[in-house]
Amino acid sequence: MSLTIEEPKQHPLVSAAGHIIKARETGIGIAVILVVVAATIVNPSFIFSSDGFRDLLLTPSLLMVVAVGQAIVIITRNVDLSVGSVVGLSAYLTGRLFIDFPGIHPVLVFAAGIALGAVLGLINGALVAFAKVPALVITLGTLYVYRGINVAWTGSDRINASDMPASFRALGTGDFLGIPLLTILAVVVLVIAAWYLRNLRSGRELYAIGSDPDAAHLYGLKVTNRVLGAFIVCGALAGLAGVLYAARYGTVSSNAGFGWELQAVGAAVIGGVAISGGVGTVWGAALGAYLLLTINRALPIIGIQDFWQRAVVGILIIGAIVLDRVLAVRQHRRLVAEREVAA
Amino acid sequence: MSTVTVLTQKPVRTYQAYQRPLWRRVLLTREMAIIALLAIVVASALMWVPNFDSPLTVTYLIREIAPILLIALPMTLIIVTEEIDLSVGSVVGLSSVVTGLLVQAGFPLPIAGVLAVITGMVAGVINGALVTFVGLPSLAVTIGTLALFRGIAVGLLGTTAISEFPEFWTDLARDNITGTPIPVIILPFIVLAIVFSVLLHFTPFGRSLYAIGLNKEAAAFSGINVAMTKFWLFVMSGSVAGFAGVYFTLLYNNARGDNATGMELQVIAAVLLGGVSIFGGRGAMHGVIAGVFLIGTLASALRLASVTSDIINVITGVLLILSVVSASLLAWVRTKRVSAIGRKKGRSGTEGDSA
Repeated sequence: MSLTIEEPKQHPLVSAAGHIIKARETGIGIAVILVVVAATIVNPSFIFSSDGFRDLLLTPSLLMVVAVGQAIVIITRNVDLSVGSVVGLSAYLTGRLFIDFPGIHPVLVFAAGIALGAVLGLINGALVAFAKVPALVITLGTLYVYRGINVAWTGSDRINASDMPASFRALGTGDFLGIPLLTILAVVVLVIAAWYLRNLRSGRELYAIGSDPDAAHLYGLKVTNRVLGAFIVCGALAGLAGVLYAARYGTVSSNAGFGWELQAVGAAVIGGVAISGGVGTVWGAALGAYLLLTINRALPIIGIQDFWQRAVVGILIIGAIVLDRVLAVRQHRRLVAEREVAA
Repeated sequence: MSTVTVLTQKPVRTYQAYQRPLWRRVLLTREMAIIALLAIVVASALMWVPNFDSPLTVTYLIREIAPILLIALPMTLIIVTEEIDLSVGSVVGLSSVVTGLLVQAGFPLPIAGVLAVITGMVAGVINGALVTFVGLPSLAVTIGTLALFRGIAVGLLGTTAISEFPEFWTDLARDNITGTPIPVIILPFIVLAIVFSVLLHFTPFGRSLYAIGLNKEAAAFSGINVAMTKFWLFVMSGSVAGFAGVYFTLLYNNARGDNATGMELQVIAAVLLGGVSIFGGRGAMHGVIAGVFLIGTLASALRLASVTSDIINVITGVLLILSVVSASLLAWVRTKRVSAIGRKKGRSGTEGDSA
């Protein structure tokens, strides 16, 4: 205590908070670089082969899209556990559309996948926002329901690469100036979401709602509409990721996207999005997704069996929330100290 | 509605307008609704589903729901205090792997089992310490340990499985009570269910859990050690999940890293279906037990009626959503009614409510 009083920092509140958040994202960025460097030293082909560099960018792209949506929902103090099931449904829909309507334009397929995701998100959001039921429970339920519908619809059927037109598949594998198209798309989504959350009034309101829903309501913010909107966006992004999944992997079975909800929530949490709402950026969530999947690829190269990947994910999540807690406590002390100095 | 109007005409009965008669308080509860639903499901399954009444169905049903029932007991206590433990399925898997590895290394099963339960206990200590002493949200902590414990379990065994256990113990996990289709293993589980029910409903400790769930600060001011209470609940949950892991291993004669994947979802679905509020402070053990049986019986009956498991998943999900949405729907109806009574009296009804 005395230590904090001895060196009171006179930074304005905003720059202090901005500093911490910035430090958090640079921290994850450094972690990603460390992992890449370590794996490259052990096996240079991790980055220096053409495939290695491509995979480095390509593999995390889909999860990034889902994690961005998840981050938006978590910022409003909710959570969407159904995203993995939404990815699976829209991936299968994508394949189904190409089979049932030969010659359909890929843009229509994209629209259909995103619309399906948005509708599923709307169902989540409506149940959460109108019934005033915790998102955890609702989306746990829809996780079951959506996956069940998916399995019932798919059965033992699976979509193969040959079912989809080459032009669509090229999207999943193609690149522009050496950068995979999917990565470019994911970054575009990320930039739009980040810009929206940072600069638009409705985006800022999401943070206000997450910090204190009751206060936001009393202040006159349209809490119900905003929460509904966050779920729709999250569902739509999961739907987009489903379409991209079909383009990237070519095969879609009934377990596409299985378990992605955990990775998406994990990515957001690792990226500094507080599960209690109101804090974090989509940049962090995207970097978290990047870190998770890069570690996943790096482990076997560093000589650790990839069975241990989930343990590493767990440690990362726990480490990240402990770090958040430590930073929050430290900032709280600093604010108290500043107030005492001012008084 | 009409009876209420009649009652409120006499001033003496004003108070009764706010309180439901005894029979309604006992019978018209969420727990009773679930028990009634369970009875309806059982009755219709007996009537229409072939082979549902066979002894084998009963045996399999009980074997299958036993681990879920077991884990639901401490989970109820945790959710009543407005926390959650998502890591239980992973603890079951980890404990199963530990049992398998120790037996493979030549330990006698009782010792391996005890060590596996201790593993679960340690997992609970980790959860509890992170939640209470570090002060982290239990949802985030247990999503992390869900991945961590599962990762350790899968990391230790990889894709291999251990399936050589002493026959005496695997038989014990499967044997029926002589002359009945009921597995012996249900007996200690019944004892545990009674212990947990008494703990929750008839001890000061149990009352303190409701107090914590309703208002943490008020509970702390009235002398309840909130942190320690929660810590012990997580330890309890981990230990019980560890025990369930040993049972799971013996029942299926199989120790695998991915055993009981997703069991946390089933447990939480059953607990919430049984009327425990995710907001804490509300719920009863008989409702939870009925909830576990409802999900199990429904799945069993539908399977026998050759409904595929994915449709069963859909039904489970819809039931879960309905159970929570209906609670808030009922609450909404109740506020409407109370405010209607308040208006009829022509006085400030809210004052009477809060008193």
